[in-house]
Amino acid sequence: MNVIGLVWSNLFRRKTRTILTLMSVLVAFVLFTLLRSVAVAFSGGGFGAAGIDRLVVSPKYSIIDPLPISHGQKIAAVSGVAAVTHADWFGGIYQEPRNFFPKFPVDPEGYFALYPEWVIAPEELEAFRSTRTGAVASAGLAERYGWSVGDRIPIEGDIYPQRDGSRLWEFDLVGIYRGQPDDPDPGVFLFQHDYFDEARQFGHGGVGWFTVRVEDPERAAEIASAIDALFENSNDATRTATEDEAQREFAKQMGDIGLMTTGILGAVFFTILLLTANTMAQALRERIPELAVMKTFGFADGAVALLVLAEAVLLCLVGGALGIGVALAVIGPISASVEGFIGAIEITWPIIAQGLALAAGLGVIVGCVPALSARRLAIVDALRER
Amino acid sequence: MFGQIFEITLLSLRNLPSRLGSSSVIIVGIGGVVGVLVAILAMAKGFEASMDRAGAPDRAIVLRGGSTSELSSGMGPREMAVISSFSEVTASSGELYLVADVPKRSNHSPANLAIRGVEQAAFDIRPEISITAGRTFDTGKTEMIAGRGAVAEFHGVEVGSTIKLRNSEWTIVGMFEADGSVYESEVWADLATAQSIFRREGNVSSMRVRLSSPEVAGALSERVEEDPRLDLTLTTEDEYFRNQSQQLTTLIETFGYAVAAIMAVGAIFAALNTMYTAVSARTVEIATLRALGFGGTPVVASVVLEALLLAVLGGGIGAAVAYFGFNGWTVSTLSGAFSQVAFDFTVTPELLIYGIVWAVGLGLIGGLFPAVRAARLPITIGLRGE
Repeated sequence: MNVIGLVWSNLFRRKTRTILTLMSVLVAFVLFTLLRSVAVAFSGGGFGAAGIDRLVVSPKYSIIDPLPISHGQKIAAVSGVAAVTHADWFGGIYQEPRNFFPKFPVDPEGYFALYPEWVIAPEELEAFRSTRTGAVASAGLAERYGWSVGDRIPIEGDIYPQRDGSRLWEFDLVGIYRGQPDDPDPGVFLFQHDYFDEARQFGHGGVGWFTVRVEDPERAAEIASAIDALFENSNDATRTATEDEAQREFAKQMGDIGLMTTGILGAVFFTILLLTANTMAQALRERIPELAVMKTFGFADGAVALLVLAEAVLLCLVGGALGIGVALAVIGPISASVEGFIGAIEITWPIIAQGLALAAGLGVIVGCVPALSARRLAIVDALRER
Repeated sequence: MFGQIFEITLLSLRNLPSRLGSSSVIIVGIGGVVGVLVAILAMAKGFEASMDRAGAPDRAIVLRGGSTSELSSGMGPREMAVISSFSEVTASSGELYLVADVPKRSNHSPANLAIRGVEQAAFDIRPEISITAGRTFDTGKTEMIAGRGAVAEFHGVEVGSTIKLRNSEWTIVGMFEADGSVYESEVWADLATAQSIFRREGNVSSMRVRLSSPEVAGALSERVEEDPRLDLTLTTEDEYFRNQSQQLTTLIETFGYAVAAIMAVGAIFAALNTMYTAVSARTVEIATLRALGFGGTPVVASVVLEALLLAVLGGGIGAAVAYFGFNGWTVSTLSGAFSQVAFDFTVTPELLIYGIVWAVGLGLIGGLFPAVRAARLPITIGLRGE
């Protein structure tokens, strides 16, 4: 019998106990995996990898102040800036308030040029450019709401009424774009800024923010300061941050989700630690004579200790792996139900790796005390207990 | 039979200390579930309460048609005059609502601070506002008063300090409380001064009106809707704030129940494990009792009672930790009006009782199966101690 086999059969000498312990560990790791993914999504990760070469230029004092569109040309002239585009927060309600997704009026070509990871067919981009009321949606949005190219999409403008006072905006879906296969769906609905600016009742000539691509990401901080310096003393001062920082700042406004999940996970793992440690201690107590026999046969102290430790680690690893598996199986529906709100929730490889490392660590912690006592076990004393 | 139950339970409780290690698994496991559940529900409760308290049945809010929050709403003097002229309106106050980027105390990351420009009427309509430190602002000066929550959450927002917003410096001359409502998360300034500095001359975001009685709200709302001069909607404050809080409250509650349910599954496995172990350690004892003529039911009852006792103990500890650790803890998040809302975790007596109910349920499940197994074991086998 090989070593793993021995460890395995030791584990299952008390089936009920091992299975129950295994299930508790499993549940802990389901929670770990789900909560970690939620925390990552809340920290802004759910909206896709931010481009390291992109900066966001927003109004310095308040998100509700518009920036003059003419800032764009001045930003483009800053040394090191490769491209500039602008967007706005439209707000808007599609059918009912719970159908939330971001809707941005943008410059079609400029915007897709800044987001090369969003893939759109050239003829659809051309249609987007040439159709005044044209709009494009991400594949995820189109799937969620059953849209296809050619559909007319009504959106109620809760911030922006049209010039004639009407609140109904109708857009013609002319294209569907996709994010990179491994990234979450971008989930943004885009339409023409020119049409929006002309048709809206107020706010003409203003935009919400600019997105800038820099030639050299290493110089991002320097270029950000240069942009802000440009407008420092104007009526429309700016604050420039990398896209990643901007996403994080926004996520931080939601509150400290990270702290909350860490607190919950702390409570969960403290319990699991206690539970598995208890199981391992019991398992060892029952096997004292057996271990003594093994030592009599010539198994070294270290080997016996390792065997006990391996049992704990194996139990935790199997439980952990199964837990991560369960989480992977249920993440789809959970993610779909909150996607509009915090972006997609994804179980990424780093989370899986963290989970497995944690499982191994847990195994070592709960296994080390029984392993040490197994090592110290004197054959004579142990056999006497029989 | 009750005598028997009492006797056996007492017996098993007396030797409970010798099984302290494994029994603590139930206490900690169920304590964790109850603690997490109560803490998260207390968060939802606190948020809901801060929103609910802001409303009064005889007060209504007027927004531009289609707007879902004050931030996206706006109206001019003409519309305000029409609203004030309705006979059901006994007092009205036009208010400017803005948000500004101000760093939070906790992480120094800029977050949306709500600024409300008001006239004296705003205080008359909301008698719950009271200045607790300093004085109120002077009209025509760049002075502000800050709510208790705004002071607690934002860096540099305190009586005597100045904050820079746009090209102006505002001195905070006083602090106010508003019965723990969402208004405490705002800073208030003189309407005319705010309008000129934030370039909103003559316009306001919303109106607060006091109604002659709560009953007229429905009819007045219809009149406003049908009035051809107005593109406005009138909602009672109660309804407005309920809509604002509903989404987040539901989200937090769903999250709390989901996490607690998963943890509960883990805790049940842990409790089962402990009780199976407890029962198997007492196999001989139980068999002896039964051989002496004690019935199966008292055995079952005693095991269940033991599990229940441990569960309630754990639940009590969990609820106590939630109460002493979290009750009154102030946090803030981004609300529907796109500004930071500070609120206190509120652990109500109902939540504590609810937590204990969960503990009882979990203890019952965790104790029942092992109890039945113990009672079913044939006496002869049990006596042999296998």
